[in-house]
Amino acid sequence: MSSVAVIDYGMGNLHSIAKALQHAEPDEKVLVTSDADTILHADRVVFPGVGAIRDCMQALNESGLAGVIQDVAKTKPLLGICLGMQALLSDSEENGGTPCLNIIPGHVRRFSEPLQDADGKLLKIPHMGWNQVHQSQAHPLWESISQDSRFYFVHSYYAQPCDASGVAATSQYPKPFACALLQNNVFAVQFHPEKSHTAGLQLLKNFLHWDGHL
Amino acid sequence: MGLAKRIIPCLDVDNGRVVKGVKFVDIRDAGDPVEIARRYDREGADEITFLDITATHHNRDTIAHVVELVASEVFIPLTVGGGIRTLEDIRRMLNAGADKVAINSAAVFNPDFVREASERFGSQCIVVAIDAKKVGDSWEIFTHGGRKSTGINAIAWAEKMVSYGAGEILLTSMDRDGTREGFDLSLTRAISEAVSVPIIASGGVGCLDHLADGIIEGKADAVLAASIFHFAEYTIQQAKEHLATRGIEVRL
Repeated sequence: MSSVAVIDYGMGNLHSIAKALQHAEPDEKVLVTSDADTILHADRVVFPGVGAIRDCMQALNESGLAGVIQDVAKTKPLLGICLGMQALLSDSEENGGTPCLNIIPGHVRRFSEPLQDADGKLLKIPHMGWNQVHQSQAHPLWESISQDSRFYFVHSYYAQPCDASGVAATSQYPKPFACALLQNNVFAVQFHPEKSHTAGLQLLKNFLHWDGHL
Repeated sequence: MGLAKRIIPCLDVDNGRVVKGVKFVDIRDAGDPVEIARRYDREGADEITFLDITATHHNRDTIAHVVELVASEVFIPLTVGGGIRTLEDIRRMLNAGADKVAINSAAVFNPDFVREASERFGSQCIVVAIDAKKVGDSWEIFTHGGRKSTGINAIAWAEKMVSYGAGEILLTSMDRDGTREGFDLSLTRAISEAVSVPIIASGGVGCLDHLADGIIEGKADAVLAASIFHFAEYTIQQAKEHLATRGIEVRL
């Protein structure tokens, strides 16, 4: 039986992600934890998050979990979700500029207002709802997930990685943006797989079977 | 290719049962909330909203339990509204498995509650529910299930709630709710154009064209309906197929 640690650093509700992981793989040992040893001993780690990046980074730095995530990123499969994805980049425009974990080189930008589609219609911010995820490259985490499947998003900022070869998928709002990133054993998604019905559960299941290699 | 418009079935829950009132009064029993939520999930609902219509303490336990049961097997966003008055109420619903809470009267009595809630839990989970009714040439906010006028202008209120951190607006026309005459499209459009966050149109859906009208003419980002789905007049799937024929992007 393998184990997955869901990092609990006080940012948001982790019940959904824990329940979805358990549902995706009933035999998995799912641990919601803030304990560094538990995280470092788990087979895989999920790094979720909602809210503002400054609070997120402050919580990670004060708890010492920032260093734990740096270690995990070098050693085992890590899945960043939403704010947990954004925190993996170098910095974010949010809260007047916030340094992040710098695990994946790149920046987090805000959708610029006013945001308009090709017909000049105003688009809402946050980008909220079900959008298509276009897989840019084959990867074990896309196993059994159709190209352009819809996943549930809710965010006002998006990742802009320095290395375009690390883009695992894009979505359009209205321009294409990176909604999934990969770097060795690290995979990160802007959308919420735990709220994305069968495609989301499949992605979580794929993660729980992933050995961290391409 | 892009973001889909959402269809959100709403379950009005009273004492553990789904009910649906006409203009918030006449109440018909529509069944078990967990069973109905399961069916909506299978039919392709984009989200599900639970409204605790009596919101007594006892009922709050009941609805938390319903959400818990649904959240353990339904993996789409769940919203709970009705009687959300304190940060503790929000925490409890999120812990039960809700992704968002809808704040209604408590925002009117204490607007700072919306600010505190969005700072504590993040704007993404704070929906402000606005019950509006036409008074003269404009719309006003009503509380107590549409019975009590506040004198507050609905557009100004929506703008204020967004500046206080509301991540989404659930807009119900009290003139239309339960009438099956369609959304108040001019109200929906006025609010949608006034604020940057997504608007969920609610109140008055009687047929599938009403849903499409809410999106096309009302400029809503999502449409919410209760009775047309509860009594199995239409499935969510049929509703989505209909929207697609009117050129609306949906998740099929």
